[in-house]
Formats: sequence, structure tokens, C-alpha cells
Amino acid sequence: MDEQHKVTVDAQRAPVIEPGYTFGSVTEKISAIVLTRPASNGWFLGFGVAFTLTMMMLYAVGYLVLKGIGIWGVTIPIGWGFAIVNFVWWIGIGHAGTLISAILLLLRQSWRNAINRFAEAMTLFAVACAGIFPTIHVGRPWLAYWLFPYPSTMGVWPQFRSPLMWDVFAVSTYGTISLLFWFIGLIPDLATLRDRSENRLAKIIYGMLSMGWRGSARHWHRYETAYLLLAGLATPLVLSVHTVVSFDFAVGIVPGWHTTIFPPYFVAGAIYSGFAMVLMLAIPIRKIYGLEDFITERHLQNSAKVMLATGLIVAYGYGIEAFMGWYSGDRYDAFTMWNRLHGPYAPAYGALLICNIFIPQVLWIRKLRTNPIALFLVSGVILVGM
Amino acid sequence: MKMDEPNKVGLRENKREDVCPSKKGKLDLKSVRAQIEQAADEKTGPEYWRSLEELAGSADFQEALHREFPKGASEWVDSVSRRGFLKVMGASLGLAGMIGCVRLPLEPIVPYVRQPEEVIPGRPMFYATAVTLGGYASPVLVESHLGRPTKIEGNDQHPASLGGTDIFAQASILTMYDPDRSQSVMSMGDQRSWQSFLTAMRGPLNAQKALQGVGIRILTPSISSPTLADQLRNFLKVYPQAKWHVYEPLNRDNRLEGAKLPFGEPVETRYNLEAADVIISLDADFLYAGFPGNVRYIRDFAKRRNPEDNMNRLYVIESTPSSTGAKADHRLPLRAVDIEWFARALAGALGLDAGVPDLTGEVAKHADFLAGLVRDLEAHGGASVVLAGDPQPPVVHALAHAINAKLGNVGKTLFYGDPVDANPVNQAESMKDLVADMRGGKVDLLVILGGNPAYDAPADLDFADLLKSNKVSLRVHLGLYQNETADLSHWHVNQTHELEAWGDARAYDGTVSIIQPLIAPLYNGKSAHEFVALLSGQADATGYDLVRGYWQKQQSGGDFEAFWRKSLHDGWIEGTAFTSKQVGTKANHLPLATKLDENALELNIRRDPTVYAGQFSNNGWLQELPKPMTKLTWDNAALIGPKMAGRLEIKTEDVVELELNGRKVTGPVWIQAGHPDNSVTVFVGYGRRRAGRVGTALGFDAYSLRTTAAPWFATGLQIRKTGETYKLASTQGYQTMDTPNGDTRPLVRETTLEEYRKEPSFAKEEEPAPGLTLYQPYPYKEEDYAWGMTIDLNSCVGCNNCMLACQSENNIAVVGKEQTVIGRHMHWLRVDAYYQGDRDNPKAFFQPVPCMHCENAPCEVVCPVGATNHSSEGLNDMVYNRCVGTRYCSNNCPYKVRRFNFFLFQDWETPQYKMMRNPDVSVRSRGVMEKCTYCVQRINERRIDAEREDRKINDSQHADELQTACQQSCPAAAIIFGNINDPNSKVSKLKAEARNYSLLGELNTRPRTTYLAEVSNPNPELKS
Repeated sequence: MDEQHKVTVDAQRAPVIEPGYTFGSVTEKISAIVLTRPASNGWFLGFGVAFTLTMMMLYAVGYLVLKGIGIWGVTIPIGWGFAIVNFVWWIGIGHAGTLISAILLLLRQSWRNAINRFAEAMTLFAVACAGIFPTIHVGRPWLAYWLFPYPSTMGVWPQFRSPLMWDVFAVSTYGTISLLFWFIGLIPDLATLRDRSENRLAKIIYGMLSMGWRGSARHWHRYETAYLLLAGLATPLVLSVHTVVSFDFAVGIVPGWHTTIFPPYFVAGAIYSGFAMVLMLAIPIRKIYGLEDFITERHLQNSAKVMLATGLIVAYGYGIEAFMGWYSGDRYDAFTMWNRLHGPYAPAYGALLICNIFIPQVLWIRKLRTNPIALFLVSGVILVGM
Repeated sequence: MKMDEPNKVGLRENKREDVCPSKKGKLDLKSVRAQIEQAADEKTGPEYWRSLEELAGSADFQEALHREFPKGASEWVDSVSRRGFLKVMGASLGLAGMIGCVRLPLEPIVPYVRQPEEVIPGRPMFYATAVTLGGYASPVLVESHLGRPTKIEGNDQHPASLGGTDIFAQASILTMYDPDRSQSVMSMGDQRSWQSFLTAMRGPLNAQKALQGVGIRILTPSISSPTLADQLRNFLKVYPQAKWHVYEPLNRDNRLEGAKLPFGEPVETRYNLEAADVIISLDADFLYAGFPGNVRYIRDFAKRRNPEDNMNRLYVIESTPSSTGAKADHRLPLRAVDIEWFARALAGALGLDAGVPDLTGEVAKHADFLAGLVRDLEAHGGASVVLAGDPQPPVVHALAHAINAKLGNVGKTLFYGDPVDANPVNQAESMKDLVADMRGGKVDLLVILGGNPAYDAPADLDFADLLKSNKVSLRVHLGLYQNETADLSHWHVNQTHELEAWGDARAYDGTVSIIQPLIAPLYNGKSAHEFVALLSGQADATGYDLVRGYWQKQQSGGDFEAFWRKSLHDGWIEGTAFTSKQVGTKANHLPLATKLDENALELNIRRDPTVYAGQFSNNGWLQELPKPMTKLTWDNAALIGPKMAGRLEIKTEDVVELELNGRKVTGPVWIQAGHPDNSVTVFVGYGRRRAGRVGTALGFDAYSLRTTAAPWFATGLQIRKTGETYKLASTQGYQTMDTPNGDTRPLVRETTLEEYRKEPSFAKEEEPAPGLTLYQPYPYKEEDYAWGMTIDLNSCVGCNNCMLACQSENNIAVVGKEQTVIGRHMHWLRVDAYYQGDRDNPKAFFQPVPCMHCENAPCEVVCPVGATNHSSEGLNDMVYNRCVGTRYCSNNCPYKVRRFNFFLFQDWETPQYKMMRNPDVSVRSRGVMEKCTYCVQRINERRIDAEREDRKINDSQHADELQTACQQSCPAAAIIFGNINDPNSKVSKLKAEARNYSLLGELNTRPRTTYLAEVSNPNPELKS
């Protein structure tokens, strides 16, 4: 559209798309990845690795269900560990997708268009991964459905004062909205694929998924409206989901958890790690599929800036935690902080500070913000840190 | 009266198989029995047969099954033995496949006071009996559900119990059901029948008869049973040349010799601690299980710890930190060898001739302590008492007697009387004589009547090697387990547990209890009575006839039946307590003092606080019970003091080699605050080579350092680091609520009596206002009942009884060492130990922590499925069926009292354990949270009673009818539970006391369990 042309000619800023493309050539290039590009050995290798890991996960989960969660190291006094850490981490990852698709859409940040689709896909997978963990972390996973308010013949309801209950609603809402958002955004593209694919089966499948899209002005109008509405719905979720997740901790009276900084600090952390994940995915994808023209330095740089900003909020959160440990005068809080710095997990906490606060500060250097390899490494460090 | 033996046949076959007779059917035909025994004889060898049906699938057998219960059926109309009714009912239900495992003893046993009008299935019966430790009886009540004993409690009518118990008595129920117990007669590794044993014994016994039994030696542990002693003496009449030897590894030789020194006769001392204002313990751990009379002593001691009353003062001079030392107002850690010098100095300072002119060595450093102590004693003549511990040499006991006499305490705070041991000989000497005879080839038939000398005899006697060497041509062992000794014997006979057989025993004060069986022998074992009867040629005598026969002889005249029933019913025989004895004192009886090496490293050998001498090695409850001071489980360790550890640069869990006179042992170190310098303490009872699935190969064997010359301590120890480390499972520090550098408000609060009088409510602090919560507060005040508990820290002596009572009552699983190491033990109630002050001699405090049943329970709001809820009476209830196991409640519990089933910790398979469990409490499965319920099953049972009688629970006529398991077992009466809505209840009155405080009350949890702060009573002269 107009805007796009404007951007491409704006010499002051790096372009969101390299010059010389038309709608046609963009469509051609992208749909070719799906429709005509043969599956390479590299693809099979990647799929093989992913498949193996998935099978390992299924094996591990099977063993867990058979033996009990005692196979993890979790114990009293803090009965949560591996699974809940993973849950929070994956939910956080998902946030970048929603942020990119919803908030940036509302803010008319058109540079988002090149990365929103896979960021949304990433969100969906992240939510799916996140959903696995609370299910398998409970002592009796086969009864985890009791957390849902379903019409039970026993006449019992979940206990609505529990933050875990709020989690169920937050995460399931989040999953639903993310799925709808991703799917509605995908409809015109599915139609394009339907029109271009030569395989009959693909035509049928794409045809069904594109829900009769014909690209008429009325379709476009409705599409834009629905998309905007969903964006409006999804926007508060960016803030609310991780806020609710943080309530799991903040509502408890455990020293070190019971603090009001958690919601903003969790949200910032989520966006922080989410963008790191977006970059981790975008950088190889643009290289492998030759999409440097569409995912440009501008995208990388913007993502890096978001990371820098949210990273500083996270740093502030860490600082406040430490400060409150001292300022509250509560000996339990003070000890929790002391124990983090000097206790058995001190090396882990040190690594967390280095990965999440100190190393990402290199993003202040413009040169590194535009260097895909450096960005890839920094993103990796952040993801480890989170 | 005497029924035939209907059950016995069904039992022999239960090797590894289901012992539930319902699956076997009820068998009682003599022919079937003979058939089975014949089959058993034919099938000798280690092979177990899988089922009774396989063994005896005949028509007779089918007929027996069909007739169900031919002999018992006419029995139940007799009001005397209503077990007949039970039996029939059990049999019918069992055959109907609805209920199993009713195994009743054969002879009438008489239920205790809570005898219901008629037997109601689901309502337990209580029987009074006793279990013994080292010969001393612990009078107990056993709860029995339809013929299955499930829990052991103290006999509140018995003067030695007053309702309390000790850990060993309580845990004996697990031993009784232990599937690793010996299940058959064995010979050289092959399974044999009782009949073949009889045959095998006949020849040697006849041969000995001609020789007047010159080659027979009987080795028993300490025996207090009048019947068994009588039987043995009669045996010795028949075989006049035979000898009866006694050996108990944790014997009381020192006490015996210590009494013989001044008095010339083996009198035993009994104390009246209630009358003592000042108590001095010279290495006597008298507030812990194993010390004869400890249950009563704890009660008497605790009674005098009320700061509102005339408080007593306890001085403890000890060599190993003990829970008794933790309760001391003044504690002096000294090497065990130094204590004799301290005792001499104390006697000297009181004007007795004690053979030491001046204070020397280590004791000289404590001259001020001694002076203060002496003045305190002199001020309390006639109201003080000095106790000497078993490990201290006879001279210390003699000094204690002299000091007590000098202070005029005899007859007031302590009494002398006959010893409880029926054969009070010097056991070390007795063992030495036996070994000498065995070496000399004088022994042809050695009968080991219980005990495990191959494991626990003094190392210098090489008893096990002697057994192996075949110097004794026939060795016979009777025992509960096929242990180290059974392995080295030609014949092993499986013994019955005290809960399975008739017997009798004396409590510490001499009172005799008749031991009644609560269940027919699970593995068809023989009791010591029956075994000795066999040796005497009465192979068919039953334990019942023997015990009853003995008492019938004692009870000439009068209505014996009434006497018998009353004795069984009460749990003790009236008039059997030993009376106080006048003793004459010899002059100049004290041996001379020997020179003391002040810096020599000392080895101190002690009984283990949880597995005792090793006989409880295979008891999972006791293995997992944290030892009171170290909180170690599943292991023993070499305890050393912090100073010595620093000097030798040894850390906890470093493995060291201990060498004493060429004997070596290696084990891990545990640095114990308050342990004296230059001393190493090791506990015996570990390093078992053949204990069972639970107890084999845990820890190291400290007996291998123990010799007849130095059974308790010796100097000249060498300690070397091996460079290895060993993981120990200590529960200290798990579930910690406090912070190591917490400096504001401690969780255990204490002060001195002086300070308390100035500021009685020192422990109180401001708590948030009642309404300060997001949710609508519930009007608990309007309910009939509001349950609450107080725990008096001043009375609590850290004996761990409450933990075991809770475990037994609430079917709590044992998790094993690996799981304990990572903090997953399941005890609903834990006893925290806190230390304060100087590491070399800290003050120590115990704090039992059950669920607080907070009115604003943090666990409840966070459960997503509502599996934990508050009852209208203020109980924090746990709905196991609803729990999905998010563990959020545990995270949010500030007291860390919730326990999670990370694995399937409960044994759902072993049939014996199925019989043992309390049927009123759910057996929890994997993946659910559990915790203290305030024994809700007991509350509800009492509620049913009360409602039926249209009254309130615990009303004036039924005071104390409702007690939680922990409260009931507490010998100190430190735990009080009741209705806080009733202003006259004990618990309400205690909560109104100034010392009452809430744990972490500042969190606005409003706990229903509160604590009464500790008040110590130090000597004002000795302020340090």
C-alpha cells in the first residue's frame, strides 16, 4: 500500500523491505517457500532432531506419570521447580508474539508485518508448551482437568480464590485469542496458497481453511475490522496473562514471592525473553529461506531496542527485590535475598544477573544491534538467563 | 475355657504369601493339621510353597472349609469369651470375601475398661498388656480392630505409665507385623517343622539328663518374667549342672556393682522426682526411652516445670549431648572419664571422703560450677537427688548413693528395692564364663533364648567366631528374626512377638503385668515360655497354661478367676510392686581413684536413641525417627564436638577411622554442638549384617570397638581422616521456618524464672486484629466446639513419642534414606531442636510442630480444587480424594507442616501392613498432600458417643475422653488438646496463661496450636 512505498523511499530510516519489490514478487517469493520449495536434507535433519526430542519428551512424561513427580528433585519446603519454571518461561516467550501482532498493529507500527506471522505461530507453540507443564507438574496429572469449571457430577467447583485457578482462565483465554488472531490473520494468505497450489489435496485443505475468501473489498473490510477487534482484545492479555502468572507467586506468603513488583516485572521479563526468542527464530529463518529482503536490519534493530528497554525494566525489578529485602526490615525477606547471593544457588543467581542484565547491555552499540550473529548470541544468552 | 487350636493350622504356611486367613479359609481339623505338618516335613528346604491349597488340597480340607468353623460356632454364647462371636463373624465375613484377616488368640483375653456393651464392628477394643525392653515392662493398652492390633498406647492406670509410652513400646507393633520376621523353624539354612525340631532335641536332652546337664548352657537376655524365671529355675533343678547365663548388650552391670559396693546386695534405685527440688544427673539420660522408669520420671519431672509452681532445677553433667541435657538448667559437658572425678569432687565438697584431696584436671576448670551446685544441694537436703547413668562405672553409682544418703534423700526422693532382673548377675562376667566354657569344650548344648550375641557380644570375646568354630556341638537359637546368631546356630526357632503370646514382666517398680496376646501368632512361632517348657519335657504346654499356672500357684486361696480377670483387665497385678528396702552401708567401700590422662582422646559408646541395641534395626518407623539431638535418621555417626572438629579439620560427613586398642571401625562424623572436647561418641545398633530388608548394612558396627574391659568408654582412641565422605540423612534444617541469621523474634521463646516473674507475658507479641482479612471471618465462637491445642515447651523433653504415636495412628509411610536425604519424609508432626549460645555448650530447646490449624489458613485460599478446607469447628481439613497435587498449599504454609506423596510411599502390597493400619484413617496414595488432622477420626468417634448420650464431648463426667494421638502418648503431658470455646477446658486455661504465644502470629494466620514459652530455672549463683 501507500505506506509501504513511503517507507521504502524514506532514506532517513532503514527500510522494512528492500527496494524493488511489488506485491506480486513478495507473494511469489513467500508462497514459493510453502508450495514449490523441495524439502531439503537440512529440513529432514531439523525435523529428525525435533522429532527425537519430542519422543524423548513423551518418554519422560510417560515415566513421570508412571512413577510420580518424585523423579524430579522438587521437595518441601518449595514444592515447585522444573515444571513451573518452564511454564513461566514458555508463557513469557509467547508474549512477544502477541505484543508484535496486537499492540504494534494498534500502534500502526507497520514494520511488524514481516515478522508478525511467525511470531504469532511462536506464541501458539509457546502456549502449547506452557500448557503441558502445569498439567504434568501436579501429583495426579490424570485429574488435572479438575482445575476446569466443568459441570461435574460430584457437584464440586474449583476454588476461585486460588491464583492457579486464575491461571487456568488466563492461559486458556490467551491460547484461544492467540489462535483466533493467528488464524484470522492467515485467511487471505491461505486463500493465496489455495489459488496457487497445484496439488488437489492441498487445494481442498487450503480451500477449507481460507473459508471462502475471495479478496473482495467487503471481505477486506470485514477482515480488517475483525483483526482490529481481536487486536483490541489481545492487547490487555499481553499485560494480564503474565500478571496473573506472577500472582501465583505474589499472592503467596512465601518470603521473596510476596511482593507487588512481580506483575510489571514479569510482564517486562516476558516481552524481553519473547523478543529474544523472536530473534532466535527470525535470524536463522531469514538466512535459510533467503528472506533478508523482508526481515531487514530495521526489524532486527527494533527488536533489539525493545529487548534493551524491557531488559532494563527487568534489571530494575531485580534491583527493587534486593532493595526491598533490606528496606522492608523483614528478616525473612532479608534472608531470602542473602541466601540468593550466598546460598547454595548463588552461582545460578549470579549467572542470571550476568545473562539478563550485564551482557544485554552491549545492545547499546548500534553496530551490534544490526549484526545478526551478535543478536543471535545475545538472544541466546537472554533465553538462558530467563 | 480352653478352645482347641482352630487357627494354628492356617498359619504355618504363610511364608511370603498372604497371611490373610480369609483367603485360606478357616481350618481347624486335626487331620488337616497333621496332613499339613507332614507335607511341611516332606517339603523341607528353602523352597516356599505358594499356598495352603497347593499343600493340602484334599477332601478333608474342602470339608473343613465348608463347615467354616465347627468348634467355635457354639462358643459365643459364653459371655466370658466374646471373641468367639468375633471369630465366627470374622470367619463368615472372611469367607464371604468382604473382610479378611481376623486372627484372634486362642485363649480368653480380657478387654480393658473401654469395654463396649457388645462388640461393634468398626469400634476398636482396648486390651491392657505390656511390652518389654531390656527386661523392663512398658505397660500399654493395645487398640484392636476386629482382632487386629493397630496401635499401642500407654496404660493410664499403671503407675509406670500414667498414659504415656516410649518410642520402643509404640514401634513394637511394626516389629510384630514385620514381614521379615522369622517365619519358620530353620536348620542349617533349611526350613523345618516344629515337630522335627522336637525330634532333634530329644536325643541331646536325654543324653544330658544322664550327665545332670553338665554340657547345657542357656543364654538369655535380662528377664523380669516371674514365670520364665521360675521355669528356668525348675529346668536347672532337673539339670543341676546346667548353667543359666545372662547377657544384654546394654546391661546395667555398673548399676548393679555400684549398689553392691556400699550395700553388699544388688538393690535397684527408684526415684520420686516429683519430690526433688534439685536433680543432678551424672551422665544419666533419665528423660529418654531406655532408662527404666523414664515414662514415669518424665511425668514427675514435667510436673515440677511449671513456673507458677515450685519449679525444680536440673543439673546435667554428661558426656554425650542428650535430650536430658537439653532440659538442664545447667549443663556441664565432660568426657565420660572425667565424670567420676567430678562425682568424687562433689562428694568431697559435701564432706564425704571421696579419695581426691584437690580438684584436678578438667574438673578444676569448673570449680565455680561445683561450688554453686554444692550450695544448692546443701540448701535442698532431703529434696534433691543425684542420678548416675548406666555408662558410668560402679564407683560413680556408689558416690551417688553416698551423696544421696548424706543429703538425707533416701526414702524421700529415692528408694531402694529388689532388682527387676530375675537373675541379677554381672552380665559381662556371665558372658565371659560362658565363653570360657565354650572355649574349653565344656558346652555341648547352647540354647540362646532370644538376643543376638553373635552381633552384640563384646568384641574381645569373639563370640561369633566361637560359634563358627564348632566347639559347641549343638547350638539352638530362639529369636524374632533370623539374625546373625541364627545364622551360626544349628537350629533356629521362630519366636512369637510379645503381642502374639502369653507372658508376664515387671515394670521398673516391680509391678507385674500379664502379657496377653492380641493376635494369634502370625508365623506360628513359639514363645520363650513354650520353648523352655519344651526343654523341660513339656512339649505341648501352651504359654497360656504356663503363665496362668504359675500365677495360680502364687495365688493360693481366694477367687483365682476373679484375680486373673482383674489382672488382665487392669494390665497389672496388684501388690506386686517391690517395697522400699532398708539397706546397710559398708564403710570405706570406694575404690581408689586411678590417674587420669587429661588430654587423652576418649571413645564413648552409647545405646542408639532409636534402634537401641540393634534389635529395632528392621523397624522403619524407628529408623526414620530423627534422633533427638542430631536429628539423624537411618545411620549412626561418630559424634565429635565443634572444638575438636576445628582442631582436626574434620567436617560433618567426613569418613574417619576410629582405632581403639587395635580394633578399627570407619564411619562418618557428625559435629554435635555441646559435645565435650577430646571425646568421640558412637552409637551401637548399626552395621547389622543380617537384620532384614530395612536394617541390614546401615551405618557402622560400634560393637566391634566394645570390649568387656571397657563396655562404655575408654581412652586411647585414635582418629584418622580417610578422605572420603558419606551422605547422612539429618532432618535438622528441613522445613525450617527460621533463618540462620534471624536475630529479632525467635520461634522458640524462653526466659529465666527471675525474668519471668518480672514480665510473665514476655513471649506475647502484638498480633493483627481479628477482622484483618479479605474474606469474611467465620463466627467460630458460635459453634459448639472450636478445637485448639497448646504445647508446653517447658514440659517437652524431646522424647519423640508424639512423632511415633502420630505415625502409628495416622498410617504415615516410611520413605527410606534416599528420600529423607532430599527432605521428603512424611512425619505429620516433627520435633524441631533449636540451639542457642556457645557452640561448645549451647542451650537446646525442643519444639514439636504439628499443623497449626490456622483460622486464616494460607494453604486454603491457594488450593485450586478446594481440597483443603476449614471445618466449622476450626479444623483445617484435607480432602485426599479431591487433591490433585499442585503443592501450592505446601509452598504457602509458613510452618511447613504439609507433606506430599512424591511417590507411592505407602506399601499397598504387603499383607501384614494391611492388617496393621488404622482402619479409621485413609491410606494416602501417590500425588496427594497430607498433614496433621488433629486426629479428626478420634474427634468424630467421640462425637458419635457424645451425641448418642446427648451430651458434649469432654464434659465433666468424661474429661479427657478425647485425646489426640500425640497428646495421649506424651509422657510429659506437654500437649493439651480440647475445646477452646469451653472456658473451663484445660486448653482454654492454658491459652489464657501469660506464657502462651503463637508461632509466626504476625502473619495473621491465627493459629489454633499455640505454645507455652519455656522458662528455665538457673541457679542465681551460677549466672554465666
